Amino acid sequence: MKRMTRRHLEELIAQGLMFLSLALVAGSLGWILFTIIQRGAPALTWDMITKTPKGGFYMGKEGGVLNAILGSLYLALGGTVAALVFSLPISLGLNIYIPRKSRWALLVRSLLDVLWGIPSIVYGAFGFTLMLALGMRASLLAGIITLAFVELPIMVRAMDEVLRRMPRDLENASYAMGATRIETALRVVLPQMLPGLVTAVMLAFGRGIGDAASVLFTAGYTDRIPTSLMDPTASLPLAVFFQLSMPYPEVQKRAYAAALILTILVLLVSFLSRWISARLSRYSIK
Amino acid sequence: MENHIQIRNLKVRIGSTEIIKNADINIPDGQVTAILGPSGCGKTTLLRSMNRFLDLTENSRVEGEVFLDGQNIYAPGVDVTEIRRRIGLLAQRPYSLPMSIYENVAYGLRIHRVNQSKNLKPIIRHYLELAGLWDEVKSRLSDPASALSIGQQQRLCLARGLALEPEVILADEPTSALDPISAQHIEGKLQELKEKYTIVLVTHTLRQARRLADHVVFMYLGEVVEQGPAREVFDNPQMERTKAYLQGSIG
Ligand SMILES: Nc1ncnc2c1ncn2[C@@H]1O[C@H](COP(=O)(O)OP(=O)(O)OP(=O)(O)O)[C@@H](O)[C@H]1O
Ligand SMILES: [Mg+2]
Repeated sequence: MKRMTRRHLEELIAQGLMFLSLALVAGSLGWILFTIIQRGAPALTWDMITKTPKGGFYMGKEGGVLNAILGSLYLALGGTVAALVFSLPISLGLNIYIPRKSRWALLVRSLLDVLWGIPSIVYGAFGFTLMLALGMRASLLAGIITLAFVELPIMVRAMDEVLRRMPRDLENASYAMGATRIETALRVVLPQMLPGLVTAVMLAFGRGIGDAASVLFTAGYTDRIPTSLMDPTASLPLAVFFQLSMPYPEVQKRAYAAALILTILVLLVSFLSRWISARLSRYSIK
Repeated sequence: MENHIQIRNLKVRIGSTEIIKNADINIPDGQVTAILGPSGCGKTTLLRSMNRFLDLTENSRVEGEVFLDGQNIYAPGVDVTEIRRRIGLLAQRPYSLPMSIYENVAYGLRIHRVNQSKNLKPIIRHYLELAGLWDEVKSRLSDPASALSIGQQQRLCLARGLALEPEVILADEPTSALDPISAQHIEGKLQELKEKYTIVLVTHTLRQARRLADHVVFMYLGEVVEQGPAREVFDNPQMERTKAYLQGSIG
């Protein structure tokens, strides 16, 4: 009987701790979200999402942040695609081509973990130096390249963790039929792991679209919508940052509106990726 | 009687442990060879040496020779994918590929470019029939293979392997994960298939071995203790270890 009560107590404490952590995190996140909505929603007019800033926008006159919305989408999509092009081969290589526990794999993983921890302003500075060396101006392209570097470690490591869970026996079923590694990678491992890989891409996209520091020097900021890869490009995080630092309450409200737009965009992309994942996992082996 | 596979001085090491010690084995053509022995004696490892699957095991080293139709599959320059096409594997647990039922059977044809014709359906049908699965899946070929029962998936794996037109089928306890009816089904199929293929069967079910085997290899702690025609080994085992195993006192 005594043992039973102790075990029950353990269970109770564990449950309590879990609930407390959840409540704490959900509470603070909810608070942030509430603040954004409370302050941003009134300023979130149709003009905000369909117009570029007009003269005097930063003093509270008319216009919107369409430049930043499109800019952010271009930057994050470009950065994510660029990161994907490199992440997929690297993570497949780490899991299919080199022995999983080899020294090389350990080295690459540690390196990526370190890269993950570097603040994005450093990537921005790195991108800026690269830009100068190449004789480029602040532009959409430079922003995309820099964001690709910011996203790469997250994407590779997230994909790596997904691919590590690939059932060995399933891979072997393909090899047993005389498939090569690349055939197995593309026709068996990728389809099986696609839902997880989509999530990895989504994580990287989320980091990319929310990052301000890395695009500050590299993409620049402009009121115009970019028409080529060489144009400077606005972004939502910087729109938030600039407007928040203005001394006018109307403009500050618009900063919150821009943050709200960013939040909604990330939410939409998250739902989209979930939907895609669900569709893709139709053939997955449980 | 010819030997389809001949194993000579085979030594397998994984890490620092020697798992197969100097095995010499003959696998006769067009017969069922049962590999028997207690758990952990190296049966699966032996099977994996015959389709170069040990290449996939980290830290494994293979010495000696395995001849398939007189050709050493460990000779330098051998095309491993071709070896694995010629030697099919039926695993203990069926692993369907993450694609439709149809595509599972088409997979091997596609990667080996066996048949370039657009319409694979008659071929797919043929192999599904051969594995005794056609009637159950003909109306839902585009469903995910994972929707099938375990027993059906094992037959799908059989169909998928047969589609490559192998010469040898390696079967590693192919019925041990199945319910009795499915197990009977697979066993019946192996019985039919031995007309056309050389089959190497690892099994823990002595009765299954008695029903199916023409030839028996008995292993113990990584060594081949006894091998020969099934009737001789079962009815008149020469070695003490074999006798003990057949009577059920070891393993
Ligand atoms: N990848 C591996 N790494 C280390 N040791 C291994 C590995 N694979 C097999 N072994 C060892 O080799 C020996 C033989 O294993 P194997 O799987 O061939 O036995 P088995 O006869 O098939 O057994 P069972 O009847 O239980 O399937 C065992 O002692 C096992 O621990
Ligand atoms: Mg085994």
